[in-house]
Amino acid sequence: MKLQQRGGPGRAGAPQPAEESPPGSATPTGPRDGEGTGPAPLPDRPASRPADWARSVPDPVLGVVGILLLAGALEALPRLGVVSPDYLPPFSDMASALADEAGRGSFWQALLDTAKGWAYGLAIAVAAGVVLGLLIGSVGFLRRATASTIEFLRPIPSVALVPLAVLVYGTGLQSKLLLVVYASFWPVLLQVLHGVQDVDPVARDTAASYRFTVWTRLRHLVWPTTLPYLMTGVRLSASVALILSISAELLIGSPGLGSRIALAQAGNAIATMYALVIVTGALGVLVNVLARALERRVLSWHTSVRTEAVT
Amino acid sequence: MRTLKNAGRSLLFLFGLPAALLALWWWMAARSDSFYYPTLDKILTAFGDTWLSRRITDDVLPSLARLAAGYAGAVVIGVGLGVLLGSHRRIRALFEPVLEFFRAIPPPVLIPVLMLVSGIGDRMKIVVIISGSVWPILLNTIEGVRAIDEVLADTARCYGLTGTARLRRLVLPAAGPQIVVGMRQALSLSLILMVISEMFASSNGLGFAIVEFQRSFAIPEMWSGILLLGLIGFALSLLFHLFESRVLGWYHGLHRSQRGER
Repeated sequence: MKLQQRGGPGRAGAPQPAEESPPGSATPTGPRDGEGTGPAPLPDRPASRPADWARSVPDPVLGVVGILLLAGALEALPRLGVVSPDYLPPFSDMASALADEAGRGSFWQALLDTAKGWAYGLAIAVAAGVVLGLLIGSVGFLRRATASTIEFLRPIPSVALVPLAVLVYGTGLQSKLLLVVYASFWPVLLQVLHGVQDVDPVARDTAASYRFTVWTRLRHLVWPTTLPYLMTGVRLSASVALILSISAELLIGSPGLGSRIALAQAGNAIATMYALVIVTGALGVLVNVLARALERRVLSWHTSVRTEAVT
Repeated sequence: MRTLKNAGRSLLFLFGLPAALLALWWWMAARSDSFYYPTLDKILTAFGDTWLSRRITDDVLPSLARLAAGYAGAVVIGVGLGVLLGSHRRIRALFEPVLEFFRAIPPPVLIPVLMLVSGIGDRMKIVVIISGSVWPILLNTIEGVRAIDEVLADTARCYGLTGTARLRRLVLPAAGPQIVVGMRQALSLSLILMVISEMFASSNGLGFAIVEFQRSFAIPEMWSGILLLGLIGFALSLLFHLFESRVLGWYHGLHRSQRGER
């Protein structure tokens, strides 16, 4: 059944978000494949290895062990003098700096600012990407006419727009949004375009011979095919938007976690800086988890999610 | 005659919209005479004056060298570690949450950290590029390696394929499409990181130059820098496309034939 799920690169009709996929899709989250539960065959290891003890430990526990190892290393390295504590303070210092930060209102304000830039930017990018993607994707003429322009604009790194944003909008929310929207628009647009392309030829011909109206076709043929692609695009954009939101703060100085990190570094508050970096990482994990949960909800009818649940 | 017409049409499709957009820009900029949106001919003159002279060796080439070094490092580390973690389930389980966490840290945030550790030289920039763009490659490689068809893996075992032969004949080709997806994402990410790291602390490089123009209100020059970055990004994605169609030609052919196209 495993084989069926992986089913070769191109099953006709089955959308494969995995192929276009992103950092996000490659996240092997624990329970998804169910390998660790039950007496799975464990093909990669012959039985008589000394690692036998490790097999009885379930995967999530190993994961926790990994995190503890990391924390332990972070604590031990500076204490033993392997790394200078000026560069890498012990983990306990970071933790207490974090607790310190959590007690400050300005920290929560910064978190809110970052989240705002992320949410508004993502919402605008997704809306624009879906509308334009469906429009361009379904009209052959537009698709051909815009291909070269999209190919040219897409790789322009959005940070190149930093100077422009600063000049035109100053350091406010608007300039942050400019960068966030520009960067997170492309994944959505491209995924939607791919999705519209992927409509099964047979189904399309069937719809044509039944003379479906444009609206019906969009609703019952194009949309269900596109949705898995769109969700991949949204997941990608969600992390891109966070990255850009924080980079904008770091580079432009608009209020938010990024500018707090820059301040902490400039003020030599090293432990605080690391604490804030940890916060951004946690925020990133949260965004990934949320995006995945949304995807699973929206696509609960889709084969890729259903097989995941079955296996 | 007909082929000529077709060629003309595809050229029109290729350049029609860009030309129209450029014309629109030209027209609007010429009318508005806003300080921030100079006319296109000013930008193009500035482009020639700025980038085709000394700056190409002083700023552009060092930037590209850092980009190449960082990207190459990310590919080597990402694929190497990815194959290792992908083929050992327990090691993977041990490191998975930690990797997830590091991947979720927005890479630009690491710049202040790495500035602290490794100064502001070239090494810092290369490390920033590697540490940001290694994740898509690493995670996609892991995913690709663990998704290797079990029948193929068993067959390889029956034929006694081990070590480098197994790597070359089974693991890399099977995980190839996924690895390439990761490499494509890493490419744009490393360009972004190159620019950001230079904007932060540098005395040369593209990002440095663009910020300098912005601070001294040399607007046409700034625009020409943005344009140049766009061109570089475009050229890189073309190059990558070539690379991909070379390396994965067999895969795309298979895909198409399975979808019933030509």
